[in-house]
Amino acid sequence: MKTIAAISTAPAVGGIGVIRISGEEAIAVAQKVFRAVSTTKSLAQMQGYTAAYGFVQSAGGQKLDECVALVFRAPHSYTGEDVVELSCHGGLFLLKKVLEAVFAAGAIPAEAGEFTKRAFLNKKIDLTEAEAVASIIAAQSEASAAAALSAKEGALFQKISEINESLVSLSAHLAAWTDYPEDDIEALAQEELEAVLRSAIEECEALLATFEVSQIVSEGVDTAILGRTNVGKSSLMNLICGEQKSIVTDIEGTTRDVVETSVRMGNAVLKLADTAGLRESEDTIEQIGISLSKKKAESAGLILAVFDCSKSLGEEDFALLQAIKNKRAILIYNKTDLSAVWEPDFLADYGKPVVTVSAKSRAGYEALVNAVEEALGTKDFNPYAPLLATERQKQCLGTALSCLREALAALHSGLTLDAVNVSLDAAISAFLELTGERATEKITQEIFKHFCVGK
Amino acid sequence: MEYFAKHYDIAVIGAGHAGIEASLAAARLGCRTAVFTINLDWVGNMPCNPSIGGTSKGHLVREIDALGGEMGLAADATLIQSRMLNLGKGPAVHSLRAQIDRKDYSRYMKHVLETQDNLEIMQAEIIDLYRREDKWFLKTKLEALYSADCVILATGTFLSGRIYVGDVSYESGPDGMFPAKELGTAIRKLGVPIRRFKTGTPSRVNRRSLDFSKMEEQKGDEHLVNFSFTPQTEITNKISCHIVYTNETTKQIILDNLDRSPMYAGKIEGKGPRYCPSIEDKIVRFSEKERHQIFIEPCGLDTEEIYLQGLSSSLPEDVQADFIHSIEGLEHAQVMRTAYAIEYDCVDPLALKASLEFLDYEGLFGAGQFNGSSGYEEAAAQGLVAGINAAHKILGKEPLVLDRASSYIGTLIDDLVTKGCTDPYRMMTSRSEYRLILRQDNADMRLTPIGYQIGLIGEARYNAFLEKQAQIAAERKRVEKTSIPLSDEINAILVSHETSPLKKGCKLVELLKRPTIGYAELSPVDTDRPALPAEVFEQVEIAIKYEGYIKRQEAQIKEMRRLEKKVIPETADYEAITGLRLEAAEKLAKIRPQNVGQASRISGVTPADISVLLIWLAKSGEEND
Repeated sequence: MKTIAAISTAPAVGGIGVIRISGEEAIAVAQKVFRAVSTTKSLAQMQGYTAAYGFVQSAGGQKLDECVALVFRAPHSYTGEDVVELSCHGGLFLLKKVLEAVFAAGAIPAEAGEFTKRAFLNKKIDLTEAEAVASIIAAQSEASAAAALSAKEGALFQKISEINESLVSLSAHLAAWTDYPEDDIEALAQEELEAVLRSAIEECEALLATFEVSQIVSEGVDTAILGRTNVGKSSLMNLICGEQKSIVTDIEGTTRDVVETSVRMGNAVLKLADTAGLRESEDTIEQIGISLSKKKAESAGLILAVFDCSKSLGEEDFALLQAIKNKRAILIYNKTDLSAVWEPDFLADYGKPVVTVSAKSRAGYEALVNAVEEALGTKDFNPYAPLLATERQKQCLGTALSCLREALAALHSGLTLDAVNVSLDAAISAFLELTGERATEKITQEIFKHFCVGK
Repeated sequence: MEYFAKHYDIAVIGAGHAGIEASLAAARLGCRTAVFTINLDWVGNMPCNPSIGGTSKGHLVREIDALGGEMGLAADATLIQSRMLNLGKGPAVHSLRAQIDRKDYSRYMKHVLETQDNLEIMQAEIIDLYRREDKWFLKTKLEALYSADCVILATGTFLSGRIYVGDVSYESGPDGMFPAKELGTAIRKLGVPIRRFKTGTPSRVNRRSLDFSKMEEQKGDEHLVNFSFTPQTEITNKISCHIVYTNETTKQIILDNLDRSPMYAGKIEGKGPRYCPSIEDKIVRFSEKERHQIFIEPCGLDTEEIYLQGLSSSLPEDVQADFIHSIEGLEHAQVMRTAYAIEYDCVDPLALKASLEFLDYEGLFGAGQFNGSSGYEEAAAQGLVAGINAAHKILGKEPLVLDRASSYIGTLIDDLVTKGCTDPYRMMTSRSEYRLILRQDNADMRLTPIGYQIGLIGEARYNAFLEKQAQIAAERKRVEKTSIPLSDEINAILVSHETSPLKKGCKLVELLKRPTIGYAELSPVDTDRPALPAEVFEQVEIAIKYEGYIKRQEAQIKEMRRLEKKVIPETADYEAITGLRLEAAEKLAKIRPQNVGQASRISGVTPADISVLLIWLAKSGEEND
């Protein structure tokens, strides 16, 4: 059975929070997120019923929280499998972060009552207990049904239903056309088929983007400040943070470590990392910093590229402009407090928003906030609009989207419509997973509602 | 005076499409079998369309053939026109459809039944059915009493049949035959959950009174494909069909007389099929449509009777004549048989197991329209499965349950016994989630090994099948190994089929992956191609072109079969299972699924209920250890 994990303490503020991981891979999974400081032993070397003190880190290596890891060896655990329990300081936000890291390390989310179910299947609890478990599962499913009901009235449910309706009627048309070839049902024009698929794809992408937006609003977006040495990256960071965080210095290449901090700009939360210059340095210590910066730039969701208007643009500046060509970036025309040797218009040619700033004199901050919000799409953030809120919703929508793209690709490559329709139905199934209906039945109903078919 | 006549292993009531396959399968598997029909002259009658096949129904016929049933061979022997529908829409939905000489088909089937060992066919109306001391007893109108270990009900539209034409209504079977009225009462007395369904059939007119110059002609295909994988007959097109259209006048006549329709006057309680609407239904429900298509289909070679597909109606006879005459080409049509609606008794199929045996009546099976389906092919498919399973019961073998991934037959039966139906159930390709695998062209690959294992496929046929399978594997290997060198010739072929030219040589298999390129296009460059039957090349080409989709569906099937293997004991007491929601417990207790997979497809049963069920299963397994 797969290794599962969940927060196993009540979702309330305060106290400690426990994340339970159970399954064959439990220890290997925990090993990836947990760093011991109290012992030199790894979790894999630890006996059952022993604990280690240390901290948990994210998939990216970021320290998340202090933690005590408790190791249980099969069959001597609640579930009868290998189990690791990570006791953290709590706080739902942090616990969720830790859980995310555990999932990234290879565990899958536990279903309602699954720990207990496994305990029963591994004969860890007796029959009377098992019956109680069944009641718990039932109660939890009632609760999730109630949650689903409220979601039904929500904007997201409506939006998804809308997209799905268009796909169901498309599939029903295809089905009627193939199942009733002798009834005069018009073939769907390739353009129409394509148009519906495209519009559904766009809507899915837009919805998936809301997941990003809602994440940006609640959790933040990884932001990298890039630019060659001494263009004023650290001052910009300080401008944004409003406090002295990085050292501002005239000596090139002193900002060697990536410093990370989260700040709010309008609705958006920026997770900022100051970076060492992009300059190819012969200094080995600096090079470590540079390669880290490049990596950061690749994975960043937003790039603030800084240029010094008081010095002529150099090779490194052009290389930077080239490197961020396909990234979400804002070009910052910095040091307007000094006399400029080139015009901001020059940057405008690169098709990205340009903001004129003097990081030192704190001029242009409003314009920067505005540009950031524009770029991230958080400006008009409306918490009542259809928003993807959960991983599950995102997963279902992601599946639907890839099926739709597959359908479109099949259509383009000239594959027959039966194949296109299979992808289309798979997309519908993914949508219906969110609403609990079944695709084939829905399509059948639709055929008879809208097509005059049969002898 | 009642007298005891004889005991059989299996008695089949009805010799329609379900009864035929059921009785043949039972007898062929070595059981002493009797089949009773109200009228020996109409064995395998087609009271509706004189045709077999069509979308997904053509799939069913080929599956029946692959399992060792008779319908495909009979259709091949008696067809008068054949077409492969949906060419160009993809291999999953290609479907064979043939016009059949209706009388010829009936004669053919009657003779097959007459000459089958272990089988006795009799004209007798069964008027009573009951169980006593582990045996079923069947009483005929002439007071003979037969007994049988298993009984298969294949009563079609005969069971308590009632015909409606306008305000006229009377008890009747189809085509002027007797209804099985007393049997209907006897079955209700058993306590079986009975419902009323209805269906309809259009008028028949005399060919000589039609004006074909005003019609579109519809010819058969040039290249014909047999229904059977082991063809016994050379097939040719002998007739054409034609198409005409209704018009504004037709519509007006119908709308003006709606109050005279028994359907609209609320006289018929039976539920009609959604996919088979009467012309008045079509006009009312799709009022924006300007015209409806009507197909003109000959009923046979030695008759002038023509079937008007699309004009089924229960309006009064005079109104029918009026609207027929309003149609261009039918102005002077002489009506030979009037259209009618027929209402009949059938069972709620949720009372059946996937073997088609009743959950609550041991040895009693249902098949065909009696189970709530509609269509000759759907009936035959169920008849075959019911016949096999009745025989297996007699022989002490496990029942044959075909799952949804194996066939349309399995999908049809699973839908019926798991989801039930609220109107007569018709097969459709869109009902199968695995349709890229369940193609009509590979029914033998899917089912012939099963047919052989059961004993309905003989050694010779099985060996031919194994050879075909080996040829497919060898050819697949060849196209994967064979290189096509770069040449002007190949690039000219590719460019002329709107696909990109080669920059260097490549394997044959790579070219076959391209949607517009097939064996036919590649023959000038594929010079070492072995001489193999066209079906072999077809299998290889489809497997290559749709490989991604086929693999994905195979993965889904694997996942589905995991739950299908978890068997639920028949004695399961759902109300005593803690944690099962009331709705789920009620549904499960009613449907009594055979395995967890089937349970998961019941509407109203949630994934949480399935978890509870799995726990309970593990628990009861533990108790039995």
